[in-house]
Amino acid sequence: MRALLGWLLAVGLLLAAGAASAHPHVWITATSELLYAEDGSITGVRHAWTFDDMFSAYAVQGLESKTKGTYTREELGPLAQTNVESLKEYAYFTFARADGKKERFSEPVDYYLDYKDTVLTLHFTLPLKTPLKPKQLMLEVFDRSFFIDFQMAKDNPVKLIGAPAGCQIKLDRPSDGTATAQKLNEQTFMDGPNANFGMMFANKITVDCP
Amino acid sequence: MKPHLSPLGRVLFACAAVLLVVGVADAALHDVLAQNPFGAPKPAQAAEPEASGLIGWLLAKQSEFYRQMSSTIRAAKTDGSAVWTLLFISFAYGIFHAAGPGHGKAVIASYLVANRETARRGIALSFASALMQSVVAILIVGISAWILNATAKTMCKAEGAIEIASYGLIALFGLRLVWVKGRTFIRALQATQPVPAIAGVPHDHRDHDHHHHHDAHDHHDHHHHDHGHAHAHHAHDHVHDEHCGHSHGPTPSELAGPGGWRRGFAAILTVGIRPCSGAILVLVFALAQGLFWAGIAATFLMGLGTAITVAAIAVIAVSAKDIAGRLSGARDGGGALFMRGIEFGAAALVLLFGAGLLLGYIAAERTTCF
Repeated sequence: MRALLGWLLAVGLLLAAGAASAHPHVWITATSELLYAEDGSITGVRHAWTFDDMFSAYAVQGLESKTKGTYTREELGPLAQTNVESLKEYAYFTFARADGKKERFSEPVDYYLDYKDTVLTLHFTLPLKTPLKPKQLMLEVFDRSFFIDFQMAKDNPVKLIGAPAGCQIKLDRPSDGTATAQKLNEQTFMDGPNANFGMMFANKITVDCP
Repeated sequence: MKPHLSPLGRVLFACAAVLLVVGVADAALHDVLAQNPFGAPKPAQAAEPEASGLIGWLLAKQSEFYRQMSSTIRAAKTDGSAVWTLLFISFAYGIFHAAGPGHGKAVIASYLVANRETARRGIALSFASALMQSVVAILIVGISAWILNATAKTMCKAEGAIEIASYGLIALFGLRLVWVKGRTFIRALQATQPVPAIAGVPHDHRDHDHHHHHDAHDHHDHHHHDHGHAHAHHAHDHVHDEHCGHSHGPTPSELAGPGGWRRGFAAILTVGIRPCSGAILVLVFALAQGLFWAGIAATFLMGLGTAITVAAIAVIAVSAKDIAGRLSGARDGGGALFMRGIEFGAAALVLLFGAGLLLGYIAAERTTCF
């Protein structure tokens, strides 16, 4: 009995020591536009992601520019390309469900970076593989490993472009994660892949159309 | 029996010390920020610790500190006193930040438990590995960004390569521990058999690990090992000796001498080779602001904070094992077996961390290049 107690104590402490609590190093303030075709189907999402100034400084490190401290869209071209290419591995941190069914995106188009007030903003459009006309579209933007903290912008975080009349947007911001973080921590670690760790930091956009 | 209380006392003392340091740093920081006109504005997005839950609170706190760093570095360009704020923030961030296998907390704790190390050595290892982490971060940024003016892409690739290497090292390190500890465990299993396992004897002589801890030695060597710890092992070591029926004869040099520290060096290297992404970002940002030295100072302070947290956890892990040993071991031969089992388990944990990190099952702070 006492041996068991000792075991539990030791194992418990080891697990506590091992439990990983991920934490962000990059902050992104995002705005998203949902693009609609004339027939009322959704064709894709246009993101504008503004990085925090620390990461922005990191990202432009070593880049050539004509005027010190400013970077034109052209000078940032190669970086923008690297960005969107690398984002593929992370599924662009954008996850869509149309009437509950998972949907996929094709490679980004119309991408560029701009540099203003010492911060970088990445603009890109994610076309849906197949345009859809769901009753309900759910879009989540988050990093499951929580290396990046996504926040939707304070003003006009989500816009519908050319949507049929009567469509309603709802945005659920992450509840700052603090309450759920604790619950998920041990469990996610025990499960091995802490696949859903970032889930509670997800920004959930829901669009209901008549 | 005075040593009976001492490990527990040590734990309590360590916990109290950490809480005190954190509390003082936090309070001081708030004062500094309040007085400093260039103090960082509260980042609008930083999650406020609304919270329930220690982990959530830690997460929120460290985000808060981290996000104040960039504005503080900017402020330091015009106001030298902001550097003090920066150092405070970095230190506090380090304390809160030291979480996750990537930062070696778990590896160090497991290593200490597996290798029957003392709390004192755990503290030394924690500080040494945190110092190495800081130095590696400074070298990466110093060489690639400052001297070579490499792009973030190049730097991130270098970081990624180091990361993979460090995961590999953890796995290798774990493998070696599992090998050594597995043999000890099996021998302990054999030793509990009624008939002494004669076949195991020759192995005993070759097994280095077994020599590292011997009560007879510990009782004489007060300089390197505190009495309480040595005493804790007395009971089961003695039992073990009875079964094996021979003397191990360790030499002092094997305990804390060059060999011992070489062993420790493997742990330091394994943990310390991987720099913290946060430190790299801060360094590059400071470099971009023309204040590379401030970034370097901040990195070392972060390392110091990290070391304090890791050391506290190391002490807790070692003491917990001592307590577990005392609870289970003092009575019969099963105690020795039990302790070997714990050590083997800890060794296996290091291997699992390494493999998990390497194969991507544990996404601990993966470097995201984009």
